Amino acid sequence: MTGVPLSQKPPLLTVEALSTATGPARRRLTILEDVSFTVSPGEVIGIVGESGSGKSMLALTLMNLLPRSIVRTAGTVRLGETVLTNLSNKAWRDRRGRDMAMIFQEPMTSLNPVMRIGQQIEEVLVRRRRMTGREANREAVRLLERVEISSPAERLRAYPHELSGGMRQRVMIAIALAANARILIADEPTTALDVTIQAQILDLLRQLQADMGMALILITHDLGVVAEMAHRVMVLYAGRVAELAPVDSIFDDPRHPYTKALLASIPTIESRRERLTTIDGSVPTVGAMPPGCRFASRCPVARAVCKTLAPPVMPIAEDHGVACMEPFGYALPSSADLPGAA
Amino acid sequence: MLSFVLRRLLSSIPVLILVSLMTFALIWLVPGDPASVFLDASATPEQIENLRRQLGLDQPIWSQMLSWYERVLSGDLGQSILLRRSVADAILERLPITLSLAALALFFAVLFGILLGSLAAVNHQRWGDQSIMAIALLGLSIPDFWLGLVLIVVFAVQLGWLPSGGYVPITEDFVGWARSMALPAFTLTVTQIGFIARMTRSAMLDVLRQDYVRTADAKGLSHSFVVLRHALPNALVPILTVTGVIAGGLLGGAVVVEQVFFLPGLGRLIIGAILSRDFPVIQGGLLMLAVIYLVINLIVDLLYALIDPRVRYG
Repeated sequence: MTGVPLSQKPPLLTVEALSTATGPARRRLTILEDVSFTVSPGEVIGIVGESGSGKSMLALTLMNLLPRSIVRTAGTVRLGETVLTNLSNKAWRDRRGRDMAMIFQEPMTSLNPVMRIGQQIEEVLVRRRRMTGREANREAVRLLERVEISSPAERLRAYPHELSGGMRQRVMIAIALAANARILIADEPTTALDVTIQAQILDLLRQLQADMGMALILITHDLGVVAEMAHRVMVLYAGRVAELAPVDSIFDDPRHPYTKALLASIPTIESRRERLTTIDGSVPTVGAMPPGCRFASRCPVARAVCKTLAPPVMPIAEDHGVACMEPFGYALPSSADLPGAA
Repeated sequence: MLSFVLRRLLSSIPVLILVSLMTFALIWLVPGDPASVFLDASATPEQIENLRRQLGLDQPIWSQMLSWYERVLSGDLGQSILLRRSVADAILERLPITLSLAALALFFAVLFGILLGSLAAVNHQRWGDQSIMAIALLGLSIPDFWLGLVLIVVFAVQLGWLPSGGYVPITEDFVGWARSMALPAFTLTVTQIGFIARMTRSAMLDVLRQDYVRTADAKGLSHSFVVLRHALPNALVPILTVTGVIAGGLLGGAVVVEQVFFLPGLGRLIIGAILSRDFPVIQGGLLMLAVIYLVINLIVDLLYALIDPRVRYG
């Protein structure tokens, strides 16, 4: 997939040094640490990582939808000129469903079971976009057509339990579209669906994204989805950014050992008779984060320094960042540049 | 929806038959001959025999049962031995008092219970939550007869604002009725608010964690709108269940409160009948209470269907 010319456009969303934590103030457990990235208008950025890497937490942080037990401890989120992290909760809430919308992983539980589909779409139009009831109804029909639901006028009167999972996710997308948002965050939108439905929903998302020119933050653990949809990819590992690069670079020239391992674990047609490749070990848990690089214990190229020093994301090409010392000869570039350094 | 109502109505018929059978059988639970128990020791054998005939006890049991059903279905609950009048009349005269007392208490208990419970849930684990739950627990722990007596001492005896007891029919004087009902209804309400508040709190806490509430939040709707429009309707189902149980409990509570406040309601009628072994009145009163329970349950089930579309089609 060809990337949009990214560098010309000013970023729509800028995330800088974002950290979140849980637990009482004395014993804070870090969940996300020092996450920075940008999203340009109309760009699709894929966020990849295993379960527990903090992908969903990142999405909820951007929407200010974190459960009360988790707090943002550092960092800023900027939307255009507005620093969202400086806003009151109320003002940030007002940005949701207007500038940014989100669809969730579980279409089966994400719709209110005692409200008709129509009400759930129309309330966004009426309460957020100041439409009259009649306008909202017409627009809701149009939105359901947009997400390719047949006989939309009838479906508006249906309750969620009368629809299949795929249909419900289409309704969720319609709700997100109703907001007319500039950024859509999709948190594993197809994980809970059948494989055939997955492809349909992804096609729909890609088409809508291209038609409406909105930016899409696509969270997934499926690299195949990323390869098809994303312009750029951010790989998260245990709450930290491992690698951030255009999609072609990630697949053709991955520099982080974790990215390489992820790519190696994708089953291919040629390898189908063999055992599936896996990454040994598991993601360290929130309470037991090792000092140094969090991937070190599972990393095939880790050295002693990796266990003590956690590298930040460092540029290895103009648009390619990696949080690993291996490409830099096991030294932070700044010290590597010093004369006499090994 | 119509078929749901019909199905629900049909399913209450067997319960009604069972209840009426048990009420009928009550008279046989009395040790010895019911007729001699009703009358005191000085009664002559002729008087006992007369009463036996009057009660139909000289007939075989199946014909007694048939005539019992015949009478009950035509609205005749027999004659009170003590009051020397129709049981049905006595019940109908007192029923409005008990029902209005219970309805008043239920209305305020539901209103404040849901309000306090929701407030507690929204302020989960903050001081608002903890103080509301402490008050709810206090309300739950206070015995209604004690609260009633304290209220009489404070508001009737010392302050003299409200009557200490007695009843003014609403048709005669609305203000007088309201004054006579204020303390009993309040007594009954306080002891029930706690139940509903606690149930509302836990139901709301559960619902507020649900994905669809997060979806509503993600729409940028105001927090109060999300709580009232999205969360509360979903929490209503368990609240309704408790309310149904409480509505039944209120009738029982009304018995005690009527006694304390000297209200001539159904509860006092039944208590008087039990003390004087006025069996036709006990039977009629029990049957009436059972029917009220059934109706309450029916209403609760219909409300379920109204709230939750999944019940309607299920």
